[in-house]
Amino acid sequence: MPGLGIVRGAVSGVFMALAACPLAASAQEVNLYTTRETGLIQPLLDAFTKSTSIKVNAIFIKDGLIERVKAEGPNSPADVLMTVDFGGLIDAVDQGVTQPVRSEALASAIPANLRDPDGHWYALSLRARLVYVSKNRVPLTAITYEELADPKWKGKICIRSGQHPYNTALIAAYIARYGEANAEAWLRGVKANLARKATGGDREVARDILGGICDIGVGNSYYVGLMRSGKGGPDQLKWGDAINPLLPTFKGGGTHVNISGAAVAKHSPNKANAQKLLEYLVSNEAQGLYARVNYEYPVRNGAAVEPIIASFGALKPDSLDLVAIARNRKQASILVDKVGFDQ
Amino acid sequence: MSVVRASAQRSDGRGWTLASLLVAAVVLAPIAALFAIAAQGSGDLWPHLLAYVLPQAVHDTALLLLGVGVVTVVIGVGTAWLVTTCRFPGRGFFDWALLLPLAVPTYIVAFAYLDILHPLGPIQTALRAILAINDPRGLWLPDVRSLPGCILLLGFVLYPYVYLAARATFLMQSAPALEVARTLGAGSFATFLRVALPLARPAIAVGATLALLEALNDIGASEFLGVRTFTVSIYATWVNRSSLPGAAQIALVMLAAVLALVLLERWGRRHRQFSGGSRRSHPPALAELSGIASIGAFAACSAPVLIGFVLPTAHLVHEAWARIGFIGLSSNIVIEARNSVLFATAATAVALALGLVLAHAARLDRSGLADAAARVGSLGYAIPGTVLAVGLLVPLATFDNALDAATRQVLGFGTGLLISGSGAALVLAYVIRFLAISAGGVEAGYAKIPASLDMAARSLGESTRGTMLRVHLPLLKPSLGAAAILVFVDCMKELPATLLLRPFGFETLATHIYAEAARGTYEDGAVAALMIVLVGLGPVVLLARMSQPPQLLPPARSGSV
Repeated sequence: MPGLGIVRGAVSGVFMALAACPLAASAQEVNLYTTRETGLIQPLLDAFTKSTSIKVNAIFIKDGLIERVKAEGPNSPADVLMTVDFGGLIDAVDQGVTQPVRSEALASAIPANLRDPDGHWYALSLRARLVYVSKNRVPLTAITYEELADPKWKGKICIRSGQHPYNTALIAAYIARYGEANAEAWLRGVKANLARKATGGDREVARDILGGICDIGVGNSYYVGLMRSGKGGPDQLKWGDAINPLLPTFKGGGTHVNISGAAVAKHSPNKANAQKLLEYLVSNEAQGLYARVNYEYPVRNGAAVEPIIASFGALKPDSLDLVAIARNRKQASILVDKVGFDQ
Repeated sequence: MSVVRASAQRSDGRGWTLASLLVAAVVLAPIAALFAIAAQGSGDLWPHLLAYVLPQAVHDTALLLLGVGVVTVVIGVGTAWLVTTCRFPGRGFFDWALLLPLAVPTYIVAFAYLDILHPLGPIQTALRAILAINDPRGLWLPDVRSLPGCILLLGFVLYPYVYLAARATFLMQSAPALEVARTLGAGSFATFLRVALPLARPAIAVGATLALLEALNDIGASEFLGVRTFTVSIYATWVNRSSLPGAAQIALVMLAAVLALVLLERWGRRHRQFSGGSRRSHPPALAELSGIASIGAFAACSAPVLIGFVLPTAHLVHEAWARIGFIGLSSNIVIEARNSVLFATAATAVALALGLVLAHAARLDRSGLADAAARVGSLGYAIPGTVLAVGLLVPLATFDNALDAATRQVLGFGTGLLISGSGAALVLAYVIRFLAISAGGVEAGYAKIPASLDMAARSLGESTRGTMLRVHLPLLKPSLGAAAILVFVDCMKELPATLLLRPFGFETLATHIYAEAARGTYEDGAVAALMIVLVGLGPVVLLARMSQPPQLLPPARSGSV
């Protein structure tokens, strides 16, 4: 009888679900909530488990990570909160779901401008916001972010949604540097230059350049590594080869960078292990993996940059303070609406 | 004695009403939490929203809904009319094949068509080869990343909701009326326009409402295709401006708008009776189509199946094949498929039971209280998935933490996050989200059971419960089955709430695709995407078979008359 089967399935489903519930955290565990897809950091987590025998339970949550930790309150199993952009990290701190960590290993490995003076957050890797230009059609070797608004690019620029954190951070940096009115004028200029709707992902910028939809576009540095290494398959290899990745700068400044970072959760049940995980992630070994597996710039001084990424030239990060950029993030998002960037 | 029995039955009815109010309360819990979140205040957000966000959101949302409404109704009603009233080659096949796009999630269809229609994709490449154009820039086709693109894609995967409802009505209700119309000299088209269509209006409205709410809550396809709907704005407000209160406020405004529209539609047909009568009506006779007309009917039915199912699925098969060759098959995929199926099954069973409670109470209780409860119970469908999930997190975690504190004090050990930390939260989220479908389905089934049957059963001594078990349930079986399958397929496809509420180490096919898409491009998720479609396919075919018109079944007692 099918009805009975459904009931039986439902009951077993509920019980299985309850069985999956992490009721008690054992001493040799650490629970990771991450807005970064776990597949990307799995090699790092595996290496951590191998060297410490501490098991990592990771869950990838995109929107609502902070809300979930907040709602779970004192019973939250979360030990480490990891985000793919600085805004999310600062949000976690602002919403009071983190706690400070004091660690000599962290302080000595991470430059002072890439960690919280109070120890609430630590950067783990850097990514640069690049301009991809068509190898065939655009003979350009350097560009500034300001020039993206130059009318000579009319109908030639591809970019993802202005509301994406990678772009709001760039716009926030522009506001921090030039003020809101100038940033608005710039953003209107960029908008007027778009070849298509501001949507999709960074890799689609490269694909659309190959497809002839646009000549230049904005995308993160590590995507070039992922495409050109062939890890994304033969199609992506072609996209990556169709572009010339340029490290743009602000006029008289450096390249806009964002970070991936982590914090220890306020009610972390395995705080010692959480700190161990953070310390491992900035170790020589892990920073090497960040560079080689994820094509990111390591935060640790002296850690080697992966050859594909190194081929863009030496990264000179803009001197703007990350916190100052984060403070303008909301304003940047409002500007995106105001100029109708995504319309 | 009869007084005793009458009062017992009345209290029986009251029990059902009470149960339906409880169900409504469960659905209201996350909405109440959203009100509480919204009440925290969003500072100076609204002037900005009113000036720059909402005009665009209202514009895009209105056009999207209008467009999807027109596309789904035209395709759904048109094809339903063709397969139920006309005879043309392939009719028996289209009868069920037209349901297939139900198995394809909106986010997958968007990804697939961006690939298929891209300058580097198969269609433009082939066109360029035919036209001998070398440069991809030599050929210009409209970009699918646009409002019209989004309308068409959503329309072509959401029309089965309308098709299913319209087809059932055309089959079950209209036949005698249609014959009368024909006898009175109305042509085939006039019969359709002036008799069948008005009679089918409530069913079409129900189907179109489901399709439109699905379009309204869609985040994957809309965001990906660059359409700034209400739902996309809610996410932007929440994620980029860190204003959950602001997002909750927009979500509640949207909910109010949806409620107004649904009530307006109900009000529009307030004094009309659409019941097809208590007689079991016979299916309408099929009209033979001429050569050209039957080619037209064939084309009209092929297009939605091709565009909504065959092309995107073929693309997925192609991509999945390439991925398996490139990186092999993930060993987790079987576990993920099992998780998807288990949770969808559990949620379907609960949603069905609760839907039955709502519909049954509404039938028994004439005071309108249970009817109101049924309306409230359907609200979950009108709230974007993640927002609903956040709304659900707050009361659940509060309950869990309170229970934990209490058991710690009394028993000496805590229960931890009993519901919010386990899969129970996810099942609950699915149930609240899709209760509208099961309740609506059961209600539609009940509408076909004449009240005289209840009276007969009751006068023969059945209790209300007995009437339900022995009279209603057997008659409701087809509606229950159809509702179950719709809920199941929707749970399988659900992404945003699953992503937020799932426990540790628990992945479903949908979260797998999302993770792959977040990591790279979505081709990496092609295998999981294909599996969602395939797992959904079984139930959809089953649904089609169940609602097979009687004349297609072998005659039970041939020659006995």
